Amino acid sequence: MSDETDTLQKLRAGDARAFNVLVDSYSPRVYRLALSMLNDPAEAEDALQETFLSVYRGLQTFRGDSGLGTWIYRIATNASLMRLRRRRDLVSLDEAPEDGSEPQIAQPVTAWAWDPEESALNGEIRQAMAQAVATLPEAMRIVFLLRDVEDMPAAEVAETLGLTVAAVKSRLHRSRLILRDRLNAYFAAAEGRG
Amino acid sequence: MKHDLHCKEILAQLSDYIDSELATCLCAEIEAHLDSCPDCQVMVDTLRKTVTLYRQCPPDELPADVRARLHKVLRLEERSAD
Repeated sequence: MSDETDTLQKLRAGDARAFNVLVDSYSPRVYRLALSMLNDPAEAEDALQETFLSVYRGLQTFRGDSGLGTWIYRIATNASLMRLRRRRDLVSLDEAPEDGSEPQIAQPVTAWAWDPEESALNGEIRQAMAQAVATLPEAMRIVFLLRDVEDMPAAEVAETLGLTVAAVKSRLHRSRLILRDRLNAYFAAAEGRG
Repeated sequence: MKHDLHCKEILAQLSDYIDSELATCLCAEIEAHLDSCPDCQVMVDTLRKTVTLYRQCPPDELPADVRARLHKVLRLEERSAD
């Protein structure tokens, strides 16, 4: 029996300890996703609580077609999307930011001395990364968070957001280019400081 | 630095390229271009680093007060289900 099947059996049997382990395993990622999507700690906490209440209530009917993690992230995404849709100033997720213009290239293109494979992520870099994501237009930010941060397959991102896979890929590419530009500016400034 | 048309075409494909989602012939075309274009080489390298950065970044620990309230809400739900 796989670990996940075993966990699922315990969860369905009402094993409170197994449920607590599940919550503690997934809640940091769920909270990060909600906070990055909503940019509001109070709303992110509401979305977090709602996610695990839905998980608790849905365990008996969860068929296991997808992995537990995928199922939880999908619930978490929908909890945040629902809050976003309630906001009056929301840019519709269906509105294409693809305006036909070609992605712009920041000038100048400079190499980064910093290598993510070799160097640890310090707090300052993490803050620069979070700030860069926060500047992305909402419709692009959500695609980027699901695909690149949470590692959801493009087809699943498309299904969750009601987009085509081509639209997901286009928004992802634009998001990456914008983030590269922002981080490029950060690394250039950091190098200048020395 | 000025990007020519070919660089712009390459740029449009870079995400698919670093995700290994391009046909072999297109990859070969991009790699041939990269061999002769230092600017596009830097673009590929820094775009790849950008994606790596976000993919490898672990989430922060859940704030203690947020965790405490979450478990409290869930305990209430468990009790009401009993």
